[in-house]
Amino acid sequence: MAHNQETVWEKEGLTAEEYQMIVARLGRKPNYTELGMFGVMWSEHCSYKNSKLILKKFPTEGKRVLQGPGENAGIIDIGDNQAISFKIESHNHPSAIEPYQGAATGVGGIIRDIFTMGARPIASLNSLRFGNLNNNHVKYLFKEVVAGIAGYGNSIGIPTVGGEVNFAAAYQGNPLVNAMSVGLMEHDDIATGTASGKGNPVMVVGAATGRDGIQGASFASDELTDESAEDRPAVQVGDPFMEKLLLEASLELIKSGVLVGIQDMGAAGLISSSSEMAGRGGAGIEMEMSKVPCREEGMTPYEMLLSESQERMLVVPRKGKEKLVEKIFAKYGLHAAVIGKVTADGMIRVLHDGEIIAEVPAKALADDAPVYQRDSSRPAYLTEIEKLDINKLIEANPAAKNYNQVLLKLLASANIASKKWVYEQYDQQVQNNTLVLPGSDAAVLRIKGKNKGLALTTDCNGRYCYLNPKVGGRIAVAEAARNIVCSGGEPLAITDGLNFGNPMDPEVFWQFEEAAQGISEACLELETPVTGGNVSFYNESPDGAIYPTPIIGMVGLIRDLQDVTTHDFKDAGDQIILLGETKEELGGTEYLKEILGEEKGSIPEINLKYEKRVQQTCLTAIRKGFVKSAHDCSEGGLAVALAESTFRKELGIKINLPDSDISKVAELFGETQSRIIITTEKENLDNIQNIACKNEIAMTVLGTVIPEKLFIIDGLIKLDLEEMKKQWQNAIPAEMES
Amino acid sequence: MKFAVITFPGSNCDQDIFQVTNSVYNIETDMLWHNTKQDLSKYDCIFLPGGFSYGDYLRSGAIARFAPMMGEVVNYAEAGGLVVGICNGFQILLEAGLLAGAMKVNNSLKFICKTVELEIVNAETPFTNQTKKAEILRIPVAHQEGNYFIDKKGLAELKKNNQIVLRYKDEIENPNGSIDNIAGITNKAGNVFGLMPHPERAAEEILGNVDGKKIFDSIINFLQSRGGKIGA
Amino acid sequence: MKWKTKIEIKLKESILDPQGQAVEDGLQSLGYQNVSKLSIGKYLELEIETEQGKDAVAEQVTEMCERLLANPVIEEYSFDISEVG
Repeated sequence: MAHNQETVWEKEGLTAEEYQMIVARLGRKPNYTELGMFGVMWSEHCSYKNSKLILKKFPTEGKRVLQGPGENAGIIDIGDNQAISFKIESHNHPSAIEPYQGAATGVGGIIRDIFTMGARPIASLNSLRFGNLNNNHVKYLFKEVVAGIAGYGNSIGIPTVGGEVNFAAAYQGNPLVNAMSVGLMEHDDIATGTASGKGNPVMVVGAATGRDGIQGASFASDELTDESAEDRPAVQVGDPFMEKLLLEASLELIKSGVLVGIQDMGAAGLISSSSEMAGRGGAGIEMEMSKVPCREEGMTPYEMLLSESQERMLVVPRKGKEKLVEKIFAKYGLHAAVIGKVTADGMIRVLHDGEIIAEVPAKALADDAPVYQRDSSRPAYLTEIEKLDINKLIEANPAAKNYNQVLLKLLASANIASKKWVYEQYDQQVQNNTLVLPGSDAAVLRIKGKNKGLALTTDCNGRYCYLNPKVGGRIAVAEAARNIVCSGGEPLAITDGLNFGNPMDPEVFWQFEEAAQGISEACLELETPVTGGNVSFYNESPDGAIYPTPIIGMVGLIRDLQDVTTHDFKDAGDQIILLGETKEELGGTEYLKEILGEEKGSIPEINLKYEKRVQQTCLTAIRKGFVKSAHDCSEGGLAVALAESTFRKELGIKINLPDSDISKVAELFGETQSRIIITTEKENLDNIQNIACKNEIAMTVLGTVIPEKLFIIDGLIKLDLEEMKKQWQNAIPAEMES
Repeated sequence: MKFAVITFPGSNCDQDIFQVTNSVYNIETDMLWHNTKQDLSKYDCIFLPGGFSYGDYLRSGAIARFAPMMGEVVNYAEAGGLVVGICNGFQILLEAGLLAGAMKVNNSLKFICKTVELEIVNAETPFTNQTKKAEILRIPVAHQEGNYFIDKKGLAELKKNNQIVLRYKDEIENPNGSIDNIAGITNKAGNVFGLMPHPERAAEEILGNVDGKKIFDSIINFLQSRGGKIGA
Repeated sequence: MKWKTKIEIKLKESILDPQGQAVEDGLQSLGYQNVSKLSIGKYLELEIETEQGKDAVAEQVTEMCERLLANPVIEEYSFDISEVG
């Protein structure tokens, strides 16, 4: 071979050791095309080589799990022969370079993962992180990412029902765009990405193949540099119209019963889909590149193999059913081309005009990538940030105790302010299932024809995870579950979008290990197994790594639609109750960041057993019909949670805080976990007290919902509700439309 | 009584209309694929659903109007049959010339999804006879190109013939910048109705809003009073 | 013979163009104060094969614009035809 090998493997993102492993596995040197195939398949994005050992520790089993990690998406049972397929996936680097298309194709990719499992996508959620909003480039990224999510999701006709947006300097050069899709299916329709049965045809369906996104998977596994903007051709362009047709055709194909396997051609395109399908089926695939429908002229086999052109699927039907597949796709104006066949020898054999140009064992590509236990060490910064005397800071700053002003300022801060500007751009209602629209604790959808529903949420506090990744990981799961419970649902399972910096950095790897450990502990205690997810490393910019951000996407089941509960106060006279208890916990809070300018300190602790009992209390009370509203007490603390509950119906509150030893600041703005605010009619107070007693948790009657538009907490806060709402509602539009 | 919903590639509210007419109202409803040609005269009302037909590429509704089924819809409308175009369906009716005017991108340039207040301008149509003039309905909108435009002369015509059926209550409620706050109009004969809001999203108690039912109630009432047949 | 046709479609002058306005505002905020009358349109390129001459091609393009490519209610169009062999 004439190429200088040294530059060749580095160009494919491989190390010298990995190159030697490839030589050993093949028993010869790989050629250029083969090396490219290994380069993408052994990238972190496809192989999880740096994360596999950690991910193995997640609890993945449960009585409802029908499909755990390892397929296109997980599946859980929801009874009545119905199941839910769901998964979250990151599209961070493409979104940093070309935010509209990056976000749009992120949405498109995860939707394909869901319908390839045989499920009809019924909802999308997302979780977004940007730098501080007062920066023009951040505004541009934010605006375009939201437009991209809207552009794709609205067009394909899947409602975007929930999500979260958070801003922090740590995401300045490397925004996070994680998209989650949720689909509904019958048990009988479960499809898998498996190729088996010697002689069965292998078909490419959907869009034609172009040069877009070549080596996108390797690109996702690099750090962003200032030159990254020049990598723009690697970003794919999405076509939601094509995907809508592909969705309908694929579901029709799955229903037809002629299918052996189906897989999305996402990252690393044809090579990853063929080797993964063959790997799962213990089979091989032989394919002829000249039969791949191409959009551009003169494409090389290498380019066809690695192209990440969107809206394509690899399909293996039973032999003799090729015409039926073609007919189904033709109805939707889509191509379906036979490009090869399943073989029994376990090899991925690529031909071009009859000549073999690559021949590699499927398992070597898909399953035998090296697995690394990276070095890990506790970050030095942690010692520094623990040295924080919050009381001293508060005493030194007179504004810190002006509770009226503090509350107004928090309500107008980007992280707490209303996200209506975002979700009004999303079609939240198409398909006519959305019972609780964005803005409450979790989105709620009905299941048509049944008296049950789904509660869906995404959650993570990156700052918590930065200050204490293990506890932050626990809290992310606990808070997601709390959101589900507050909406009247029973938490079922999670998908995780694990966003971290460069895993070769021991401090980053330590964050990853710790966060994963925290997630595992919480998933075990709350009985919400991990059914799949995505790892995104190398989220760094010249300024350093992002906050470790393990995003939890959770699905809950609402067993009776009577249980659907929202966070807003309903009627004057209702009693406001706090489940759980408040502690002196101000470290890592929004208060500390917004008012005192510090992102430091010890974050709130969490006792997972207590958390579970608080959730059980809330859910039992909801199911017995005692609860009129329920809201998780999180970022911004009690005062913010109360404020958020007053806005929808513009009902005021009068609160009398009980005597306690903790400071007023912590009482109002501390972020102690395992707390839920509920309202009830007076006659149900005793009933709720009984449930709380039985679960051995604290319960405090805080006050009353009043008809006046006034927000009164003891002698500490007295504000006009309209003024508060204005601050909360206008903050983001004012920033974005200026 | 029998309805039909025409599905174009990229339509995405077709099943939502079906859900309402079929499950809520128990009216037999056929889903018709865009590229078939069939006589529609056996139907009592034809719906063109919302969505992004043909990706809304070129202009929303521009390509859909040339679908084989649209020729049938034109014949059906000319024979006096009831045709309702919702959102993208409204855009298609404009492109097909069954309704006057054109649609532009929202003034905000953004897609907007929210519930808006609508004022009934004409309560004497087949689509609004179960409402009262000046009554306010709360119905969701969800579109990026709902900024209805018609020239001065055309607007005067619409007004003269009582063709304006729905208006956004005021400038603040108007989500797109449409001329004269127009949200829905009919043709001159009064049997073809285009509207941007989605009444099918507000027709079930469980979804928290039933204002949209008044539109469906009106259509059914109109058809029943005519013995369930068109062109009578 | 093959004819290359370049078609421009834009909103009629009297029609408010919020997209154009937004881009114009963007340019002005970058300091290009001397920019005005910015409008955004569509540009289409296509080839037509015919035995007939340029006039016939122009007639066909006009018809295509009127029927599909432009919406005469709000848009106007212009085009340029050249021979490519």
